[in-house]
Amino acid sequence: MIKVTAEEVAAQEFDSVVARHRAQIFRFLLASTRDVDLAETLTQDCFLKAHRNWASFRGESSALTWLMRIAINLQKDHWRNRRMQFWRQTRTNSVDLDEASEWLPSGECSQEQKLLARERVGQVWNAVEGLSERQRTVFLLRYVEELELAEIAQTTGLSEGTVKAHLSRALGRVRAELGGKR
Amino acid sequence: MNWKPKLTKRAEEPADLEALDPALKQALGDFKASVRGWSDAAYNRPRTAQSMVVRRSWRLAAGWSLAAVLLAGTVSGGFYEHHKLVVAAQIAAAQKAEQERQAAAQRARDEAQHEDDILASVDKDISREVPSAMEPLAQLDDEGESR
Repeated sequence: MIKVTAEEVAAQEFDSVVARHRAQIFRFLLASTRDVDLAETLTQDCFLKAHRNWASFRGESSALTWLMRIAINLQKDHWRNRRMQFWRQTRTNSVDLDEASEWLPSGECSQEQKLLARERVGQVWNAVEGLSERQRTVFLLRYVEELELAEIAQTTGLSEGTVKAHLSRALGRVRAELGGKR
Repeated sequence: MNWKPKLTKRAEEPADLEALDPALKQALGDFKASVRGWSDAAYNRPRTAQSMVVRRSWRLAAGWSLAAVLLAGTVSGGFYEHHKLVVAAQIAAAQKAEQERQAAAQRARDEAQHEDDILASVDKDISREVPSAMEPLAQLDDEGESR
């Protein structure tokens, strides 16, 4: 009979959490930073931190919510440190909005429809660019990661009412951007 | 043909999306598909860990080099300043010593001159009071001739 220790069980559980959520955490960080290298680094940091604190995770929230909270905090720390340590590196590797808008899934559609879709994506990126950090986070969690309002509230530490207010303002921005460019 | 972005995960839409106008709904759908397409491509791209390491090590080396140059500059600047101060102090000390030596020599010359003056005045005063040693004989000679 093979003896399985508690540590091995925990390690297996953590491995499965990494496998399940790594791509999603990376996607959220990529959309937040528009920097592939930074998103990868922050994703690594997120799972490293999660691994260190895995024993303290009691399952009160879902693993994804917990990981998202860590990712959001790491992202905040990163920008805070960048502001404090501005002499280290002033250049950013973020891609510009046009480049970010180029990514469209290859569907069976005409060139014209692709162009229109690209234009719409660019307009949404423009609106997202103008959002506050908190609004952007809430918007991305809702409309890219498709988290429920309660999950977003749990992840960000905001009340559901505040989350709704942020979403409403963010949508107003997107609507204005779409309307303004027509 | 109506193009619809492919959704990789949850097929259902967030409840509040249904309440949105079609244009906004379409734009948000396109945006989501775009972000997911970009993310999938970036996530599955070949990793460039080696180049990152090289870049970071290059930056590290450049940082250390710059720090070393700054440190060397600071230290050598400090040494140079210290050396300048030492040389200036030595020059000042030499000048002071020279001035003191010249002042001492002047004092010695003044003292010597003073002694010479005293001796000269003493010689002068004494020589006036002492009669010439041949004077009595000269008087005898003068008396003999007159006789």
